[in-house]
Amino acid sequence: MKIDIPAPLRVYAGNLPCVTVRAGTVSQALTTLFDQYPEFRKHLYSPEGKLRSFVNLYLNDEDVRYLPEREETEVKENDTLSIIPSIAGGSAPGCVPDSEPLN
Amino acid sequence: MATVTEPVTLPALSSEEMARYSRHLILPEVGMEGQQKLKAAKVLCVGTGGLGSPLALYLAAAGIGTLGLVDFDVVDASNLQRQIIHSTKDIGRPKLDSAAEKLQALNPFLNVVKHETMLTSKNALEIIRPYDIVADGTDNFPTRYLVNDACVLTGKPNAYGSIFRFEGQASVFAAENGPCYRCLYPEPPPPGLVPSCAEGGVLGILPGLVGVIQATEVIKLILGKGEPLVGRLLLVNSLDMRFRELKLRKNPDCPVCGSHPTVTELIDYQQFCGIVPEQKVASMQNGIPQISVKELKQRLDQGEKVFVLDVREPWEYEVANIGGHLIPLNDLPRRVAELNPDQEIVVQCKSGGRSQRAAEFLARNGFDKVQNLTGGILAWSSEIDPAIPRY
Repeated sequence: MKIDIPAPLRVYAGNLPCVTVRAGTVSQALTTLFDQYPEFRKHLYSPEGKLRSFVNLYLNDEDVRYLPEREETEVKENDTLSIIPSIAGGSAPGCVPDSEPLN
Repeated sequence: MATVTEPVTLPALSSEEMARYSRHLILPEVGMEGQQKLKAAKVLCVGTGGLGSPLALYLAAAGIGTLGLVDFDVVDASNLQRQIIHSTKDIGRPKLDSAAEKLQALNPFLNVVKHETMLTSKNALEIIRPYDIVADGTDNFPTRYLVNDACVLTGKPNAYGSIFRFEGQASVFAAENGPCYRCLYPEPPPPGLVPSCAEGGVLGILPGLVGVIQATEVIKLILGKGEPLVGRLLLVNSLDMRFRELKLRKNPDCPVCGSHPTVTELIDYQQFCGIVPEQKVASMQNGIPQISVKELKQRLDQGEKVFVLDVREPWEYEVANIGGHLIPLNDLPRRVAELNPDQEIVVQCKSGGRSQRAAEFLARNGFDKVQNLTGGILAWSSEIDPAIPRY
């Protein structure tokens, strides 16, 4: 399946706009992505393993939060998993105040 | 289908207006009644930057009756790559003045209301309340959440758009029975986790695309026609030129618009977004902290209670002043009782010399919240307000 990487997070995935992985479920697809790009995990999940609340996962056009089996939902080869982070830009530069990145 | 304005009697159109809007009038979806609804409508554009520029221009052209603009910024050369409402000659001017001039030139029938302020938790409800629809064209997370919450609390739909590099998002939030921004993103990212636009840049045409989508949604809401972008998030990728749509659901547990809301009034959005007030290492001179004109302007704009003490001579005050309380330096020892030692005082003179002496005098006499304005009124004139005469 295809995983769409949004522009703000591409830097943590080798600057690629999308990554193709072989997986049976949403969760397996993400694990495969994290194996390839370990940096990516902390941008999606908190240290407690909870999906961060400013990022949404969509399987095709459905929010994974509202799928009955959520991240254990089965996926097919031609499905697309999209990672949709909140963005705030609109006029002046500076969507997010600059500060030290989290460790 | 969402209809926003249903006034009892719609305003009539003059013959000039009919000529101007003739291409709308022959469209069955607009027609005379639709055009009158546009005329009756009051729309608030938050921000007159990248998104606000095309948004406000098209709304003005379409015949919106009242357009409120909120901004407190001035036009910078780096804005002109995408903020098409402003021109080269406007560099250094307040964005509000520049935008209002263009809008009024485009459509003299338009009533422009200028709100020259930063939208804050204190003023947001009051500013938003008289309008029918809000269009959020701001550029930072605290204001995004503030606009969302204020729209939910006042029951106004929010035509939302945001951009990053070459990707954009648009939706209509806080419409009746529709999801709000917090249903989509309950919390903002912590500062620093997502790279900023300053690092990332933004393709100049992108706010054009997204701002026009916002304007389209505003007009549809007013007309009550078509399918509004409620419960849908439109993703725009200008590099691939792909538009995608995702389903949005109203979160029954949403802290603002859910069935048991926990946010029932506006909160501190800087804090909510994890933004800690900058710990400034104030430069000191003889034990007196120095403040720049830019910082003073920012603090006054934010409504902070800073007492400006002007220690120049009365004739100088007459030539130019920034509204400070006048006590000439030599009179200060005998008039010190006019000042409140518990209040934060910024001392100002022509260029910063006399005010430094006055500040040192006050510090010796028990005033411990005294700062000196670096560069005095001359710096104010060159950096903040060129209308202040230099002498």
